[in-house]
Amino acid sequence: MTERTVTIVNRKGLHTRPAATLVKTAARFQSDLTIRKDNLEINGKSIIGVMTLAAEQGSTLTLLFDGPDEEQACQAMEDLFRRGFDEE
Amino acid sequence: MDRPAGQEIVLKGVAAAPGISCGPAYLYSKLIPRIEEKSITPEEVESEIGRLRSANARSEKELQKIHAFAEQKLGSQNARIFEAQIMILADAILMGAIEKRIAQELKNAEFIVTDEITKYKQVMLAAHDEYMHERARDVDDVMNRIIRNIQDQKLFSKLDGASIIVSESLAPSDTIIFSRNQVLGYATDLGGVTSHAAILARSLKIPAVVGLRTSTKTVKTGDTIAIDGYAGLIVLNPTEETVQTLELKKQRFREFEGGLVNIAGLTAETVDHKHIELSANIDFDTEIEFARAQGSAGIGLFRTESQLIGKASYPTEEEQYQAYSRVADGVFPHSVIFRAFDVGGDKISPDTEHEANPFLGWRGIRVLLDRPRLFLDQLRSILRASTRKNVRIMFPMVSTVQEIRRAREMVSLAKKELDARALPYDPDIKIGIMVEVPAAAVLAEQMAAEADFLSIGTNDLIQYLLAVDRDNAAVAPLYQQFNPAVLRTIRHIIDAGHKKGIWVGMCGEMAGDPLATVLLIGLGIDELSVIPSVLPEIKKIILSIKYKEAKRVADKVLTMSTDQEIRDHLSSITRNKVPEIPFDE
Repeated sequence: MTERTVTIVNRKGLHTRPAATLVKTAARFQSDLTIRKDNLEINGKSIIGVMTLAAEQGSTLTLLFDGPDEEQACQAMEDLFRRGFDEE
Repeated sequence: MDRPAGQEIVLKGVAAAPGISCGPAYLYSKLIPRIEEKSITPEEVESEIGRLRSANARSEKELQKIHAFAEQKLGSQNARIFEAQIMILADAILMGAIEKRIAQELKNAEFIVTDEITKYKQVMLAAHDEYMHERARDVDDVMNRIIRNIQDQKLFSKLDGASIIVSESLAPSDTIIFSRNQVLGYATDLGGVTSHAAILARSLKIPAVVGLRTSTKTVKTGDTIAIDGYAGLIVLNPTEETVQTLELKKQRFREFEGGLVNIAGLTAETVDHKHIELSANIDFDTEIEFARAQGSAGIGLFRTESQLIGKASYPTEEEQYQAYSRVADGVFPHSVIFRAFDVGGDKISPDTEHEANPFLGWRGIRVLLDRPRLFLDQLRSILRASTRKNVRIMFPMVSTVQEIRRAREMVSLAKKELDARALPYDPDIKIGIMVEVPAAAVLAEQMAAEADFLSIGTNDLIQYLLAVDRDNAAVAPLYQQFNPAVLRTIRHIIDAGHKKGIWVGMCGEMAGDPLATVLLIGLGIDELSVIPSVLPEIKKIILSIKYKEAKRVADKVLTMSTDQEIRDHLSSITRNKVPEIPFDE
């Protein structure tokens, strides 16, 4: 199990397009991804789940990876958050 | 509804997309599929999951078609709302969970689909955020589509001939599907000018009127109706005369609009170069794009009450800050005037108390000064959104100089609180007031000495000045925009502001009345803030007249003694100067 806390840096937050990018990236790995925000926990490979997060710029999420390639998955996801989902 | 057959009935709503048409009504009641909870046997699980999968495949096909059609008609930006729905259909985790539950709980597919998707919908609806509520509607739309396909109901979208769609509300996909057929217009009971359906109707150039409240109860399929997307009304059983009048109006607008394409980019100034700040009144950040396309120079009135819609309590500083900075960013490099919460009167309030006479009661700045915590939350959030120096604050319902002083003290306090938190803001933020109470108009000079700008709110000013409730049919004709008492008051306010060296604008309905433009410019108004849909028309008038002549018109009008006389005079002057303007008679 690998755990990371990440912050949303892109201006518009985790709206539909970044949500889709996130889900697609998570799907490239075997490991499960659970995203936790406040007291909500969703599956990071589910678009409808990620859409419910309503994560705005500046909010923090906890990512939990579990599986054989969790290190690589975690690395890729951290990069993606840092780049602001390549939005701007 | 009991009414004599064939009688003409006018229903007033909100103009959402311009255009005029007349034709048979089609009453579209949304198929909300009935969901029954049924048990299935373990042997039926496989076929139940099969039903679900083929329903999903059909739904996806439908949505792909709608998406392609939207892309072609509206461009990929506007088509994007359907992408989210397609992605939800393809959500393997969601569908896996649904299939697993069908097998484990031995329930029918419709029931599990509804139950599972509703969980997500509820989380979205719980968010205090219009964006999330829109997403919840998308989720709802997908869910209904899947269920309809599970139940094998054929997608309804074929209409017999050209019709005007009358519906309680429309989802974006309904709007698109209908537009493949010959749709003459959309009329809905619910919805605002910013709903997706309204935005799509504008892009599709189909007239739309929303917020009609009772249209689905009044109109039946096959009734003849006329829709006027300029005035925001529908007419049931229009008389021959009404049809002709609307037909003429349609032609005039068509010719006029043809000539307006090039003026959106022009600065609003008279022939002799007097600049008028022509800006837009809006409620939501989603309207900024439309206002800009219509050629506005910024937002002259952002009604912050929109932040309270659907909320059980006042939004937090953080929520408001997010919303206001979206607006300030969207408007940049132009500026935006945020009007502090104007609650009470006829406006929504999360903690309304019953008052015998709300218009003379606890509203506007009176509420804000009595609720310092609420007021400070809003001031801090507006201040925080002002870092690009394009934000101004305006206070509603000011009636005494004391109120401006106290409100300014609150702004200073809010600044101090932000300093303590080391948060940036524009230290020179401009603070203005709405002049809408006769006392403030009479005392305009004293008010102007304490404010950075004045904005005349004509709707309330006229009601208070003439003692007429315009929603009361018995006295409505006495609500006269061009009553000489109103015009003298407006002149007095403008002169008082100028004497104190500040600018004076107008953000009431009168600012957007083409009949008033020449007069207001002649009176020396500096800014006009109008609903986006009339903006090109007002700009056209400004571009066509000379300030020098407008001043003469104003002087002449102020010698007249009745509303009718003044209207006739202004109408002949404006027709003469801008013959192509299609006036609403």
